[in-house]
Amino acid sequence: MEINDIIKPENKVYGKTPVLKDAVMHYCPGCSHGTVHKIIAEVIEEMGIQDKTIGISPVGCSVFAYNYLDIDWQQAAHGRAPALATATKRLMPDKYVFTYQGDGDLASIGTAEILHACNRGENIVVIFINNAIYGMTGGQMAPTTLIGQVTATTPYGRDVKLNGYPLKITELLAQLDGTCYVTRQSVQTPGAVRKAKRAIRKAFENSMMDKGTSFIEVVSTCNSGWKVSPVEANKWMEENMFPEYPLGDLKDR
Amino acid sequence: MAIKGAITVDTEKCKGCGVCIPNCPTGTIALAKEVNSKGYNYLYMANPDNCIGCANCATVCPDAVITVYRVKI
Repeated sequence: MEINDIIKPENKVYGKTPVLKDAVMHYCPGCSHGTVHKIIAEVIEEMGIQDKTIGISPVGCSVFAYNYLDIDWQQAAHGRAPALATATKRLMPDKYVFTYQGDGDLASIGTAEILHACNRGENIVVIFINNAIYGMTGGQMAPTTLIGQVTATTPYGRDVKLNGYPLKITELLAQLDGTCYVTRQSVQTPGAVRKAKRAIRKAFENSMMDKGTSFIEVVSTCNSGWKVSPVEANKWMEENMFPEYPLGDLKDR
Repeated sequence: MAIKGAITVDTEKCKGCGVCIPNCPTGTIALAKEVNSKGYNYLYMANPDNCIGCANCATVCPDAVITVYRVKI
């Protein structure tokens, strides 16, 4: 059978979702942000909620998320996405409201906002991209940086005596009574992508059931910041990030 | 019943990151020697006869540049 006989519209099994715009993403090659954007767009398409979804983009690489998903967006000050999401959801309870934040945004400058939004049990979805580094500004140490990990500001590796321990914000948030669903996912293999997609769908559904905050951490790569190739970054993540940030549901009620 | 697949790649948008290649179970795909206008070695089907249309490559693609087709013959 010739390839031209296979490549026909009726044989199409997978392609870009129309919720994702045609713009080329500015992310580095192999960045996990693109994959997570894609699965959020697919969930929005499958649920048919494109005109009912409002995203809050953070400060960081993903500040431009509003250029890539064809939904309504707001952009928050650094770390303040949960506060903006709180207001949006309270004023428009019939909308699906989610924030999209990195670890420098959520786990550092935005710690107070995320803890209190989750403690109040706001009916929002929080998608937290943890790549253990400040990617946008040039690979500096983040609160989630692993012990011994070399970054621009820890050239000899993160030293506990000097820099403290990696902040496991997801474990912290799972303890709060306001959260209903807390999970940790990744997107480096097809299986992991499908699991993460199911988790995002469940979180969106939770946000309409008045159950509390749904929090999804996605353990991600920053191959530019880590100074390795995209494929090596996925391997490095599996070997080093997963022991510190184990995947799975921490809370589901 | 055999399954045959094929992919098309938006070569201008492909950044040649290669995260799809280790996820291909049949060794169908590889990065081309040629580059696109941004200088990236884009993805192509090096062994098109192997493709089973499983969509693993497209599922992990960060830039959603792969479209997958599948037929039963």
